[in-house]
Amino acid sequence: MDAEAAKFIGAGLAVLPLLGVGLGLGIMFGNFMQGAFRNPSATAGLTPQFYIAFALTEATGLFALVIAFIILAG
Amino acid sequence: MAGTLTEMLGQFMRELIFNPVRVADPLEQFEIKNLIPIPVSGEPLDLSITNSTLWMLIGVGLSVLLLLFSTRRLQLVPGAMQSLGEVTYEFIAKMLHDATGNEGRPLLPFVFTLFLFIFMSNFLGLLPTIPGTPDGLHVFTPTSHIIVTFGLATMSIGVVILVGFIKNGLNFLRLFAPSGVPWWLMWLIVPIEIVSFLSRPISLAVRLFANMLAGHIVLKVFAGFITSLIAAGGAMSLVAIFPLFGIVGVFLLEFLVAFLQAFVFTVLTCIYLQDALHPSH
Repeated sequence: MDAEAAKFIGAGLAVLPLLGVGLGLGIMFGNFMQGAFRNPSATAGLTPQFYIAFALTEATGLFALVIAFIILAG
Repeated sequence: MAGTLTEMLGQFMRELIFNPVRVADPLEQFEIKNLIPIPVSGEPLDLSITNSTLWMLIGVGLSVLLLLFSTRRLQLVPGAMQSLGEVTYEFIAKMLHDATGNEGRPLLPFVFTLFLFIFMSNFLGLLPTIPGTPDGLHVFTPTSHIIVTFGLATMSIGVVILVGFIKNGLNFLRLFAPSGVPWWLMWLIVPIEIVSFLSRPISLAVRLFANMLAGHIVLKVFAGFITSLIAAGGAMSLVAIFPLFGIVGVFLLEFLVAFLQAFVFTVLTCIYLQDALHPSH
């Protein structure tokens, strides 16, 4: 296989973690909504924690993106 | 007044549509441009004022102005500017207090500065560039360069280590040996804890950098769709409205992300500071 082609395939494989990030974000949003609808008075206390968890999960996908960029540029 | 404004905007849009601008490379926005070379002769230490430095200075200047104006005429019932300053202060103070309690109070200036600097850098980078300004003065996000975020992350972990050793002396090293772990597991736990501590600055830096980089690339890729669709002409130029709506959506998300990443960086610093104040879990 051409080295250039292998590089593109590798970059494509490197963003596979987005699958997990999508699942994780979906589960998290779903559970947060469920909690918020079941006990609306607790929502205000949960929101900051939720945003931290959201940012931490989202960052995993971006780590993958950075790896893909490194593969493409290297 | 309103008439002339719409006329100006209309002129501007017409020019954009009939003379489509060149489609720029989405990575062009991250280029560092040297504005004032220091030193002028080729010495090894490069202290030049670049567009990155310029936007950091603008961010610092705006935060100083905000706090100066909000504390100028203090009143019992705060006016608009004073409330803005108070809300910012209370937000960070509460965040630090939730994580570290009363012991963390002396660290408030550090945490407050960290938050304001990151927030201003992220936020000012989202401003649109005024068309026709020279290349070096285009809007630039300092936090989209990993060396800037890595510098910030190293500094905050450095403060954590300093605070840990000053408060607890050598007891700080018990951070790596959590209490309640049986002695025969220690050989496994201690290396894991050390690696997790050492990866903190890297994950802090890469998280902020990657968020800013990815957001700005997505914005410019969408903008590229619009210009190439309009350049294609005919029915294709009508379809260009959809990426425009896309940009508006991504832009709103980016405002959230700009705030959220500054918030997360600061919250994690607070949590690490709590570790430093109470190392034995």
